[in-house]
Amino acid sequence: MSTDQVLTGQGSFLRSLAIQLRVIRALMMRELITRFGRENIGLLWLIGEPMTFTLAVSTLWKAAGMHHNSPIPIEAFAITGYSSVLMWRNTASRCNSALDQNRNLLFHRNVRIIDVFFTRILLEMAGATASFSLLALAFTGFGQIAPPQDLLKVVWGWFMLAWFGAGLGLTLGTATAYSELVDRFWHPISYVMFPLSGAAFMVDWLPDKVQDYVLLLPMVHGVEYMREGYFGNIVHTYHDLGYVACVNLVLTFTGLALMRGAARQMVQR
Amino acid sequence: MIQVENVSMHYHTRQGRRTVLDRINLTLHKGQNVGILGRNGAGKSTLVRLLAGAVQPTSGRIHRSMRVSWPLAFNVAFQQHLTGLDNLKFICRVYGVPHEPLIEFVEQFAELGIYFREPVAHYSSGMTTRLAFALSMAIEFDCFLIDEILVVGDKRFHKRCHEELFVKRKDRSFILVSHDPNIIRSLCQTACVLHEGRLHHFDSVSAAYEFYESAPVVPFRGGATP
Repeated sequence: MSTDQVLTGQGSFLRSLAIQLRVIRALMMRELITRFGRENIGLLWLIGEPMTFTLAVSTLWKAAGMHHNSPIPIEAFAITGYSSVLMWRNTASRCNSALDQNRNLLFHRNVRIIDVFFTRILLEMAGATASFSLLALAFTGFGQIAPPQDLLKVVWGWFMLAWFGAGLGLTLGTATAYSELVDRFWHPISYVMFPLSGAAFMVDWLPDKVQDYVLLLPMVHGVEYMREGYFGNIVHTYHDLGYVACVNLVLTFTGLALMRGAARQMVQR
Repeated sequence: MIQVENVSMHYHTRQGRRTVLDRINLTLHKGQNVGILGRNGAGKSTLVRLLAGAVQPTSGRIHRSMRVSWPLAFNVAFQQHLTGLDNLKFICRVYGVPHEPLIEFVEQFAELGIYFREPVAHYSSGMTTRLAFALSMAIEFDCFLIDEILVVGDKRFHKRCHEELFVKRKDRSFILVSHDPNIIRSLCQTACVLHEGRLHHFDSVSAAYEFYESAPVVPFRGGATP
């Protein structure tokens, strides 16, 4: 590919794809240095940050004696739960501020709004996944928790949560171009969602009536499925991944639809 | 060549739909240049962003068959944690050119010394401006989009910018937008006037100037430069 073709920005699908991948790579490098700097462990904070959070919350839950009525070790319960929250909530939050923080880059023709979102989504997914895996490995290594019963289920549940975060991020992030209210409401909503998201409880522990309402939240299904994979038959879980997939699809398409007009909305501001 | 065909741009405001650009046509061949005169809020910045491809028009199309720059201005908001070198690397990655051969030029032109490898947070405003301009010159384009460029910075820096852009690259095209007719008169071969959403073409810069001076002043309609 010649520089000329790249600079005029014209060409086939494959060439466009090459440009997009290059732009996303450039944005990633930029984002990593911007967020974590070069001091101390630098880029490793991408993993270190969620790990620290998860460890702190696990310790707190253990000290508070969160779940005396369950056969699962509290460490495993906290790691699966809090990692899932970080996965979808951080992705959504990072997307929420993406347009505002990157608006100057959009002057470069090849930097598109979708690249800005892809960059943040991929980084959050990578960070949260590495943090979760490392913590699970470490605790397993030290004999604190048993290895997962069905790894594939864990991965699958985790993927659905990641997709949910990405879809929610796309929708919220593009919506911020249209109205500032999105950002105002996202903070209280995400705050309330945390205790309801299934991170700190199992659906089975709840009264029947409450279960129906809690199961309206897609992330609950993801966490439940992951925990079924992790702990096997010792827990009784509730999930419908088909439902989660539907919600995720709707969120993804809404995000993409809003993106069409978002660039123009941005200029107007 | 850049070819702008019937391009319109509407914004939605609280008072309803507002037409910023109304069926604009413009053709610029490689090596030609044009100045676009317009008062504050006439839609100059919007036009530059459309030409750059940063936004899509509401209707009409823009065809580019030469390499067109991003809108050159000095008020680039750099990310504070990144060094001058980081910013160069970023631009090079985005435009797909290797950064190593360009380090020397940017370092020299921006006169940053050791600060080239320090975070932008520690730069003075003059250093930031010089870095912004040096980066704009690092990537080679056939056509530069210049937005009110000559209004900032000290005299010596002006001279160097002028030398770099209008002397060393005098074979290139450029589109210069400004509200100051004198700048356009001294730099451009032809001129257009952006007035009430329409782009008026003229055979000579002085005809454009006369029209610009006599056109009734419309109330302030748009926003400032980004």
